[in-house]
Amino acid sequence: MSAVETVIDVRGLTKKYGDKTVVDNFDLQVPKGAVYGFLGPNGSGKTTTIRMVCGLLIPNAGSGTCLGFDVVEQSSEIKKRVGYMTQKFSLWADLTIRENLEFVARMYQVSNRKEKVDEALEELGLSARARQLAGSLSGGWKQRLSLAACMLHDPDLLLLDEPTAGVDPKARREFWDSIHVLADRGVTILVSTHYMDEAVQCDYIAYIAYGKKLIDARSDELVDQVGLHTWRVEGIGLSDLSKKLAGADGVGDVARFGTALHVSGLDKDKLRTAIEPYFDNPLLTWSEKKPGLEEVFIHLMTGSEDNFQ
Amino acid sequence: MRLFSFARVKAVLLKEFVQMRRDRTTFAMMVGVPIMQLILFGFAINSDPRHLPTALIDRDHSSFSRSIVYAAENSTFMDIIKRPATDQEAERLIREGEVSFIFIIPENFGRDLVRGDKPQVLLVADATDPSASSGAVNSMKQIVEAGLVRDLSGSLSHLAQAPPPVDVVLHKRYNPAGITQYNIIPGLLGIIIAMTMTMITAVAITREKERGTMENLLAMPIKPLEMMVGKVSPYVIIGYVQTCVVLVASQFVFDIPMAGSYLVLFAAVTLYIVVNLLIGFFFSSIAETQMQALQMTFFMLLPQILLSGFLFPFLGMPRWAQYIGEALPATHFMRLMRGIMLKGADSGDLFASFWPLGVIMVAVGTIAMIRYKTTLD
Repeated sequence: MSAVETVIDVRGLTKKYGDKTVVDNFDLQVPKGAVYGFLGPNGSGKTTTIRMVCGLLIPNAGSGTCLGFDVVEQSSEIKKRVGYMTQKFSLWADLTIRENLEFVARMYQVSNRKEKVDEALEELGLSARARQLAGSLSGGWKQRLSLAACMLHDPDLLLLDEPTAGVDPKARREFWDSIHVLADRGVTILVSTHYMDEAVQCDYIAYIAYGKKLIDARSDELVDQVGLHTWRVEGIGLSDLSKKLAGADGVGDVARFGTALHVSGLDKDKLRTAIEPYFDNPLLTWSEKKPGLEEVFIHLMTGSEDNFQ
Repeated sequence: MRLFSFARVKAVLLKEFVQMRRDRTTFAMMVGVPIMQLILFGFAINSDPRHLPTALIDRDHSSFSRSIVYAAENSTFMDIIKRPATDQEAERLIREGEVSFIFIIPENFGRDLVRGDKPQVLLVADATDPSASSGAVNSMKQIVEAGLVRDLSGSLSHLAQAPPPVDVVLHKRYNPAGITQYNIIPGLLGIIIAMTMTMITAVAITREKERGTMENLLAMPIKPLEMMVGKVSPYVIIGYVQTCVVLVASQFVFDIPMAGSYLVLFAAVTLYIVVNLLIGFFFSSIAETQMQALQMTFFMLLPQILLSGFLFPFLGMPRWAQYIGEALPATHFMRLMRGIMLKGADSGDLFASFWPLGVIMVAVGTIAMIRYKTTLD
């Protein structure tokens, strides 16, 4: 893969606070135009990694490039070409919507500022409310305004840090629609989230826990790559069954999905042996299923220490 | 449920103690401010100053003139630190604030004294701060007479009888009526600017940190210097507005003379405003919250009020306090304002007060720029 096609190419990124390693020896390659999902629980190091990529934090170790610029030495060049949407709303609550957008446009020296801001307001559907203070917007609107603000200077790379946290499902769907529109235009997008259903929207998924990358694959290959096998069971007495199965030989993890239990394991035969005694129970209905992302992530989470580097 | 639960009081109490311990700056302030006040009020401040620097012109060189000089020094009101050759040089010294008094003993003083011609000695006092000079001014007659008592014995003893053999002429310069406002109002501008300018910048930047907008700013391609100039400039205008308010009031309400040039005055004000804005910028690079920024501003303001010569005579303070005072921008600004407004000093006379402000500006600006972080580390 040549440098032009790889937008982010970092290796061995490490960030420590005191003796706590927040991000540990992190490699990341993001091809141009991809929607790259960063998944992982809270405190797994997603935000820290994103901040290192755009020059907001200096890594303790590791090196690499972002948009062809060195992440440590040339962060000011990176900043000009990257749109970064912070996890917490970080526009100015005491400025109006228009003032916020104009300020951001000036900071990036956007040449046709007025048209750009008008355009953004139009796209947002906020033209009529342009003179309203940004602080008075609801959560979903704040997210959309933030996205519009970090798109004003037509960045080549978008870094979105949990852009949909605390946003209602409809707004989330709309948000993702606009992400895909941007990706189709050739913008590379790195987006962190802890919603599983959003992971499906990404072209690539990296799963992070405890500062380490557990898996990194195309989203459609991810499940196969892990090699997980899952059985679904419905019926009566599931809580009891769940307790009995948890920790049994061959059973990796047991997770409840609504009225069903999903029992997963890496070894197909051992898993079958473990659950076979319960097949006769007339109150339970068993079926084999193709594991979804959710099972895979739960599996990754529980086995993160021993299964992967 | 009981009406008053000590368990709940204890819960709140414990929580307060834990939070107090975590908030280091507040804790440091609560301990630091009383200690600082004790030291400043207890040791540094002296409303009855002694050992004020004096320039002596003794044109007589007789045993009588030496006796008077000796008596004057012995009174502890004044220390002879300069012996200028000419009146012009002496005038320059008092205008620049290097001396508080000029003491002149004319030619043939001894001869005229012996003749019983009742010769004059002249004490010129810098009365910009009436409280600083009043001690020496009020007791000069007695000092001179007491100094001559031993010399006027034997055949000259008739001269020691009343009326006094010497006429002490007092010239109170710059503020002859001894009006306190003449001293306070020009200095007050220094305190107003120090307080508001430092606070406003320190808070303006820590507010970005507290609200989380700093992360957004840092992610943008802006250089530290651009940030500093952009952040600080708007407040320079506010500083000018404050200056105009104080000047208008001093002219029309307090009738304070304006002996010098407005151009020099505005040059001094501009420099001083920038210095204080940079101090605020520096504070904001240390403080994490607006509260901490405010506390730092207050901590800085206290010595600026007490050690700058604003309320208490600078030259009356012990040497160590004067050294601290010299490092404070307000001290130099007080001298500039009083020099310009009351003494009519020109920029050449005031160079001694201009350059320290310049040095402070460069030093604080440099440190602030170094401390200003372009990352979230």
